[in-house]
Amino acid sequence: MKSLMFALSILAANLFPLVAAPETDQEVEARKAALDLAGAFSNDGFKMRDGHWCGTVKPHEHALIAVNLYAGNQYWFSVGATSPAKKLVVSVYDEAGKEVATESYSSGEKAAAGFSPVSSGQYYVMVALAEGEASSVCFVYSYK
Amino acid sequence: MRLIVASVLITCCMLVGAEPTRLPPDQLAKAIRSDEISIPTPGELFAALEKPGKPNWTGQYRGPVSTTYNNRAQIALNLGGLIADGFIAVEAQDGQQVKNIGTDIIKLAKALGVSQNVLSRGNSINEFAEHNEWDALQEELEATQNEVKSSMQTHRDQDLVILVSVGGWIRGTQVVSASVMQNYDERSARVLRQPALVEYIHSKMDDISPDVRNEPLVKEVTDQLVGVEKLVSFPPATTPSIDEVRKVHEAVGKIMDEIQQKDGK
Repeated sequence: MKSLMFALSILAANLFPLVAAPETDQEVEARKAALDLAGAFSNDGFKMRDGHWCGTVKPHEHALIAVNLYAGNQYWFSVGATSPAKKLVVSVYDEAGKEVATESYSSGEKAAAGFSPVSSGQYYVMVALAEGEASSVCFVYSYK
Repeated sequence: MRLIVASVLITCCMLVGAEPTRLPPDQLAKAIRSDEISIPTPGELFAALEKPGKPNWTGQYRGPVSTTYNNRAQIALNLGGLIADGFIAVEAQDGQQVKNIGTDIIKLAKALGVSQNVLSRGNSINEFAEHNEWDALQEELEATQNEVKSSMQTHRDQDLVILVSVGGWIRGTQVVSASVMQNYDERSARVLRQPALVEYIHSKMDDISPDVRNEPLVKEVTDQLVGVEKLVSFPPATTPSIDEVRKVHEAVGKIMDEIQQKDGK
């Protein structure tokens, strides 16, 4: 039975490699937390992007997400997680990998970084778990 | 919100004096990249463009785009361009133009056989345009674009997803470069710098299946993106001159003409 399941999973992976995997309940919760936080910035005129990224962060590991930003815009990068995450940190790096100064917010399972690029181009948003155990996280961003 | 502001201030104060860290290139190369996070929407591009002053958005309109292409790749490219046109009409706060473009978006989406969810977006676009709900319209246009892409993925049309993004980026860049040329401003000109974005788009174009990649129009667009990548790759601290902006405009204009051509390659 196990080998049949294995064979089926391989077959499925080959037949449907292009369809995004459905989000887990934890990822849906994490996304809700991220959207809650990003919603606070909407009150200040920030428009939320419809796209998001969900995944898992473990202690002493991080997720690094590439974004392309425009000089003149202001951005907020919001992250939400589920328990057992206790503290998240969001930081931003320029295209050369150098950390840039941001406004930061961190409160338990939610964290955000605000940034106004002087130069257009690629930046990297790092999401790290400062306290807690491996958890689902979700990333969204807003601009104005 | 007060709590957020207080926390932000505290953290900012703590950051002062801290030594910035640097990530190694191999770590940057492994960063997560995705169509819906790493490719900015035309709305983001236009938001940056209008910071120094509101551009003449209606002056950036173009004539009606055909909605009767036979080639699926060409339809996808034009769909992306039309969505960018929708963002322009929203910036111009022109409800009738939004409705016209919304109708064309749905016609092209139907031709690709996308889901019913996408088609119902057309009604929402009309409704928001009717009530001058510009912020909601921007969100709806982006949601429509994502719905189209999601539907394409479900129907195993993954190759077409990047083409929608490409069409939107090319049309957006055409509009921005035209606007900068008309009223040159260094701050506006700086939004044209996007080397990594074009490189990413180019890499995604290389990933598409050989039968689509070898279609003459797709091949032509891919080849010409190499030139565009060079034109938008100026160093971070520099501002493109008006001549450099013109070169970008000519390059993306040429691609856009080919995408729009009725009896395309």
